[in-house]
This record gives sequence, C-alpha cells and structure tokens, in this order.
Amino acid sequence: MRIGGGDGDGLIKVRNLDKKYVRGSEEIHVLQGLNLDVDKGDFLAFMGPSGSGKTTLLNLLGGLDVPSAGSITVAGDEITRLSGGKLTAWRARHVGFVFQMYNLIPVLTAFRNVELPLLLTGLGKAERRKHVETALGVVGLGDRQQHYPRQLSGGQQQRVAIARAIVADATFLLCDEPTGDLDRRSADEILNLIDLLVRDHGKTVLMVTHDPRAAERAQQVLHLEKGVLVEGAPSALRA
Amino acid sequence: MKFLPLIFANLLRKKVRTALTIGSFAVALFLFGLLATIRVAFSQGVDVAGADRLMVINKVSIIQPLPLPYRDRILRIPGVKQVTWANWFGGVYVDEKNFFPQFAVDADTYRDMYPEFVIPDDQWKAFREDRAGAIAGKLTADKYHWKIGDRIPIRGTFLSGVFEFNLHGIYRGTRPQDDTTQFWFHWDYLNEKMPASYKNMIGWYTLRIENPDQAVRVTRAIDETFANSPYETRTMTEKAMAASFAKQMGNIEFVLLSIGAVVFFTLLLVTGNTMAIAVRERTGELAVLKTVGFPDWAVLMLVLAESVLVALLGGGLGIALAKALTLRGDPTNGLLPVFYLPPQPIAAGVAAALLVGVVAGFLPAFSAMRLRVVEALRRV
Ligand SMILES: Nc1ncnc2c1ncn2[C@@H]1O[C@H](COP(=O)(O)OP(=O)(O)O)[C@@H](O)[C@H]1O
Ligand SMILES: [Mg+2]
Repeated sequence: MRIGGGDGDGLIKVRNLDKKYVRGSEEIHVLQGLNLDVDKGDFLAFMGPSGSGKTTLLNLLGGLDVPSAGSITVAGDEITRLSGGKLTAWRARHVGFVFQMYNLIPVLTAFRNVELPLLLTGLGKAERRKHVETALGVVGLGDRQQHYPRQLSGGQQQRVAIARAIVADATFLLCDEPTGDLDRRSADEILNLIDLLVRDHGKTVLMVTHDPRAAERAQQVLHLEKGVLVEGAPSALRA
Repeated sequence: MKFLPLIFANLLRKKVRTALTIGSFAVALFLFGLLATIRVAFSQGVDVAGADRLMVINKVSIIQPLPLPYRDRILRIPGVKQVTWANWFGGVYVDEKNFFPQFAVDADTYRDMYPEFVIPDDQWKAFREDRAGAIAGKLTADKYHWKIGDRIPIRGTFLSGVFEFNLHGIYRGTRPQDDTTQFWFHWDYLNEKMPASYKNMIGWYTLRIENPDQAVRVTRAIDETFANSPYETRTMTEKAMAASFAKQMGNIEFVLLSIGAVVFFTLLLVTGNTMAIAVRERTGELAVLKTVGFPDWAVLMLVLAESVLVALLGGGLGIALAKALTLRGDPTNGLLPVFYLPPQPIAAGVAAALLVGVVAGFLPAFSAMRLRVVEALRRV
C-alpha cells in the first residue's frame, strides 16, 4: 500500500500533504491532501502532465520547500516541523538530488562537483577523495575526475550529478526528469545506473518522468492527478 | 580551507572582470599610498618635531632676520637650556633644478640640538676645524655621488659668487622620516661674507627647554622680552612651526582626504556592482549549493570571501607598488625630501580595502543567502 496511508513503519510517510501557491490574486492548489508511503529500497516513478505538481512534490519531500498543510516524516523525523537551518542540515544528510539539467557547477571539475556535499561534513581531505573516487567509480566515470562539465556529454554530466547525489550516502534520491534532456541511449544508461543503485546498493529512489520507458523501470508508477497520487495507468487512458 | 578551490574557481570564471576589479583596487590603493606619502612629506616636520624644542623667528616673517645678540638674552630666560641658530642660504648647486636646503649653522651648538641626526665624531671634528667645511645629509650626498673630501661649489643667490665647500661629513637620520637632504656649513663663514648691514643677523633660533610643559610660559616670556624692539619675535614649538609650514602648502590634508574618500566610494560602487552581477548570473549554482546542503551562512561567506579576496589582492598589489615607488626615492628632485610610506598608512590602506570588500560584498552576499532554492531552480 503506497498511497492510501499504510501501517506506518516505512521510510517515508506523507500525510494529507497540501501545497498552495499564491500568485497575485490567484491561488493554485497544487497538492490536495496527498498521501504516500515509501519503504527502504523502493524505486517509484511519478508521472503526470506538466504543471500537475510533480516538482512541487519532490521539493517538499527533499525539504526544499514547506507544505501549506500536512506532514512528511522520513526515518522518524517529521521534516515538516524542521526550520531553516535544521532542514538544510537534514537535507545534506539524507537527500540526494538529480535534476533534468544536471546542475553542475561549470567552473569545477567532476571531482570537485562531486566533492561539494562532503565539504559540509567533518571528513578530511583523504577521506573525501576516497568517497568521491568511489562515487565516480560507481557511475563509471573514474577516469573523468579532472574533466569540467563542458568537456563531458550530457549523459556523462548526469552521471556526475548522480555521483554527487550518492557521495554523502543519502538516505534516498530524488530525481526530477533525470533523462528528460538526454537521447535514448544516454537515457538508458542513466536508467541502468539508477537500477543498479536500487538493486545493488539498496538505494531508495523517487523519480519524476515523462517517459513511459523510464517509468517502466520503476517498481511502481504513481500518477499525480488533481493534487493526489493514484496507482496504475492515468484515468484518462483507463476511461 | 576546503572552500578555497570553489572561491578561486568562481573568481577565475570571468577572468577579465576579476582582473579589472582587482585592478580598480590596485589603482585606488596605489593612489592612496602616494597620497599618504605626500601627506607624510608635507607634515613630516610635525611628526619629527622635538617636543622640547622651540623656534624663535622674526614676528614679521621667517625670512626677516633676528640679531645674534638675542641669543644671550634668550639663554637667560628661565627654563631655556640650549640655544642654536641658523640661516637659510638658497644657493644653487650646478643647476637650478638641484634643490636641497642649505643652512648656515652654528658649529658649536647645532649638532647637540638635533640628536636625531647622527654624524661620526671625527667627521664633525674635521668640519669644525675648517671654516669652509660642510656636512651633507645622506640622501643628498648619495644623489650627487658626493664623497667626503669632495669640493662642493654652491652659487649664491642673495650673495654673488660661487662658494666652495669642503665636504667633511655625512649625517644620517635615526628614523625613516628624518630629513637627510640638508646641507650645513659654518654660519661664521656666511657672516663673514655678508654685507655690513646684515652682519650678525641670523635666520632663526632653535632652543631646547628643560620641560615641554613649560613651552607656553617660555614662549610668552621670550616674545615679551623682545616686544617693542625693532626686531620683535614670534616663538613657537617646533611642531607648531612645522604645522604652519604645512598649512602654507594649502590644506593638503583636506584635499587628500577628499580625493581618498571619492576614490573609495567609487571603488565601493564598482565592486558592489560587480559582485551583484556575479551573484545574479550564478543564481542557479547558488541554489544547487543550497540544495546539496550548504547552509545560509556558508553561502553568505562564499560570496563575501570572493569580494574580500579581490579587495585584498588588488589592495595589496596597489599599496605594494606605492611602497616600491617610494623606495626608489623622491621623484620630484628635492621638493619632497622625506618620501616615505610609513607602516601605519599601509595598514590603514589595507584595512580600508578590506572594509570596501566587506561592505561591497555584503548586499550581494546577503541576497545570495536569502535566495529561495525552489524559485531559483525553477528559473534555470
Ligand atoms: N513558486 C511558485 N509560485 C507560483 N506557482 C508555482 C510555483 N511553483 C510552481 N507553481 C505552479 O504550480 C504548478 C505545479 O508546478 P510543478 O510542480 O512545477 O509541476 P510539474 O513539475 O508537474 O510540471 C504549476 O501550475 C506551477 O505554475
Ligand atoms: Mg517539473
């Protein structure tokens, strides 16, 4: 049971999540009492039309934004109760983000990009190097440490971004259309990599995607419709 | 400091812009260094003045003379310990443009009055034994490559003819700001050549008092002694004398302060603007840093560090260049005998650059800190 409010000892519990945006006099009610349960090691895909609130949901799950109402609990911490600084620290410890546009720092090498989250930890230089090399090894870019983003293909850049997301051993990964900007082959490589992270490294992954072939890889596909998640095929297709 | 590579990478991202900003700081601080040097040059007399020394000049102006017999009457005034005197001699060495001050001094008393000037005893002795002897400051001697034993021809201005002096000694200053451009010769020798009406007249007296606290009383006592005489006096501390000289040069302090303020204010705007642009074009990246968990203060410090680093690099470069220039000596051929940039203005300049760096960087850094990740990411 993922979306109905289950027994409640999963990794992530979302209850009655509400998010409204106010733009001028207009109020957009994006999430309307959304529920979700995620267990450790799950690989979920979120689908839904553009503007349905997928990014909004990921931002809330990752502690980048705060809901209008409802709660999110991750591994026992109710993050919707954490304030600014604490939320940032929580995010650094638990969340790995992967974006559609890779979002690497262009003036830093692959190595330094991946190292960024570790700068916030107490790790020494040698330990940081070890972690970065491991992460880059996992994504298959052990030999590209000193390359700058512009010297890498889109797929490679996204793999660097994934290395950055896993380097600090995040509790779960949030991927917002990670293959949206890639050609088929690179996209498949990224999906294989995410598969690998889930199967061999026990990572928990929540992925937003437009691409049905990407969604296929997930253990379950959830659709965001009218502010809540529904299972299976979108209602429009079912009808 | 593990964030340093990130700060440097950011600085190097727009190399021309960074170079220009560093250059602005360098130019501003170079200018500041020069202004400070000029200020020191003009006010050096004020700084080097002996607290226990007074000067007595003609009340009308320093170029009017005083009679030599005043010396004994001054010495009798309670609180006065020593007296010496000198005359200005505006002679020309080879060419008009070779300017250095020439004083006809009393060989018996002058040296004791100015312990900040050091001359080896044997040189002083040789000077005293030769009526045509002379002593030169180190800076002037070096400039004209004089050696002890040289004959120095000085053409008189108010006295006609060329005077040949024998250089017997070279004096040094004990502090960097001491004026070592002066040229001394015997007052007796000058007095001999003076026309009858100017005989036994001196330019000014310098006297030492027993206690600086008595300066006001002694000053008044001297001026009262000579009131209503044909040669009324004006007595003041050496410091006041130097300050009034500096004032004659115009209100240099004010001019320098105004220039300095304008320069630093401009620098503030230039740097502030540059940093604001830097932050704006990096909005997405700053959002990424926050996403991966950089706390607000770390983002603030990153931007601030960048601005401060530019300020320190540029400021340090500029002030170092100014210092280097002053080490090469007075570029004006003698107008600024003390061409020296002391450590205090160097420290003040670096501090000012640092302050500009912090202030200019603060608003952009603050806006980077306040950046809302979700909105910033939506914009990329
Ligand atoms: N910061 C915001 N302010 C106002 N409206 C927003 C903001 N963020 C998102 N929205 C609106 O919320 C809706 C959901 O956006 P989003 O979560 O980005 O959708 P998706 O990722 O599914 O395309 C859209 O209508 C969007 O315009
Ligand atoms: Mg989206």
